Amino acid sequence: MVKFDIKDLNIWFGSIHALKWVSMGIQANEILSVVGPSNSGKTTFLRMLNRLNDLNQNFKMTGAIKLEQEDTKDIDTELLRKRVGMVFALPLPLPLSIFDNVAYGVRMHGMKNKKVLVKIVEESLKESYLWEEVKNRLNESAFKLSGGQQQRLCIARTLAVQPEVILFDEPCSGLDPISTAKVEDAMVKLKEKYTIVLVTNNVKQAARVGDRTAFFLSGELIELDKTDKIFTAPQDKRTDGYIRGKFG
Amino acid sequence: MKNPHRTQNIAFFFLFLATLLIVVPVGLIVVIIIQKGLPAINWQFLSDIPRQGMRAGGIFPAIVGTIYLVTGAIIFALPIGLLAAIYLSEYSKDNMLTRLIKLAIVNLAGVPSVVYGLFGLALFVVFFKFGASILSGSLTLGIMILPVIITTSREALESVPYSFREVSLSLGASKWQTIRHIVLPNAVPGILTGTILGLGRAAGETAPILFTVAAFYLPRLPSSIFDQAMALPYHLYVISTQVPNVDEKIRYGTAFVLLALVIFMNLVAIIIRYKFRKKKKW
Repeated sequence: MVKFDIKDLNIWFGSIHALKWVSMGIQANEILSVVGPSNSGKTTFLRMLNRLNDLNQNFKMTGAIKLEQEDTKDIDTELLRKRVGMVFALPLPLPLSIFDNVAYGVRMHGMKNKKVLVKIVEESLKESYLWEEVKNRLNESAFKLSGGQQQRLCIARTLAVQPEVILFDEPCSGLDPISTAKVEDAMVKLKEKYTIVLVTNNVKQAARVGDRTAFFLSGELIELDKTDKIFTAPQDKRTDGYIRGKFG
Repeated sequence: MKNPHRTQNIAFFFLFLATLLIVVPVGLIVVIIIQKGLPAINWQFLSDIPRQGMRAGGIFPAIVGTIYLVTGAIIFALPIGLLAAIYLSEYSKDNMLTRLIKLAIVNLAGVPSVVYGLFGLALFVVFFKFGASILSGSLTLGIMILPVIITTSREALESVPYSFREVSLSLGASKWQTIRHIVLPNAVPGILTGTILGLGRAAGETAPILFTVAAFYLPRLPSSIFDQAMALPYHLYVISTQVPNVDEKIRYGTAFVLLALVIFMNLVAIIIRYKFRKKKKW
């Protein structure tokens, strides 16, 4: 099933042409890795899917992005962002307790029942493999957690609103290898229930977890194929150069 | 030969001197007022009406008047200032016009207070026909402290990291929910700082209340917001320059009470701010 259908997408920030004629599909329940050097437009692409780019007042776009055949422009922004969750590059807990962080989105969507909230928080933290480490300190500030724990808290917070798609924006760029492995494990498990788009600077990470990999360069989608194929027999020699570390 | 260590000592000396030049006069003012004013303070001085043409008795009506005026000014200026600050920092687009408006507001804070007094006279006393009353005086003081409250509140709101807003929005919260639950709670300490500054200014100014509320001599308490009232700064001006042969003790006593009142009100706001800062978790 096609989750996202993107057609002739062009994006400008002021006079900067950030994405050029991107057309692609994202399948349900796959992990799509997006790789490319800095300024290649991969984060812009990601933030397009939950319309976070709209916050920039110089933002302009043409083309269409459809989520299950419905144009994202026609979906209420709050509802779209509930369906398409996001985990940011840096662990960004809100200045609240661990519990309130996970419950935040659910509360904003109108849930007041304490029992239901407690259940959702527990399930979400279990899904992101953080429950065992924090179950006795849910009322502590989220800032007391380590970086890796904070990032898994952010994943739990995103899961709590029960999205269909989760966007990861370089989620491991600030984490050590062990924390990275934990986040990657979580992602592979999450694939069963969610569609995942992973932007990463780490080519090896894309190879480890991605079902398919897209390579962006200077705002253009150069190549999109099965991860194995991209890493063994890429069609474009720029893709080959990037994954071999010749530039980037 | 240059000696970096000596250069540093010289720089250090001048920096220290500049600090001293600020601290010493302030300290002296406080010391002198306490020294000369404290002996006048007793229960009668604080709770009695002025007697014998303000040469004896107490200053109770002026204390009450000042408290009414400051409270009124804050009730008027804080909500309006806060809403304007939220609009300017969260909703308005960043363009020439809003930059101009922000600059104008900052500049308004520097307008001499007597100008606000005349404005209040023309608008509230004459045009709206509130007369010389606590209402007119409070509104005039409120307008005077609005720029301070707007500017500091806006800065407090803008200092809340942008990433918190993005996270909240990315979870599907609306813009207003984000402001209400994430931005505002974290901006409270800064907003209170603005309120403290405004409060101190409203309590101490004479010119804005001169034409709009202040009574030369009114030995009773105001009964409604349409009454005139005495106020400490104006009373101080009157007994210092307009009434002959007022004991120095009474003048410094009045100054002392005004100072203590402002410090007390600041203290309350500082304690609230401290409580909120402790809750702040980043």
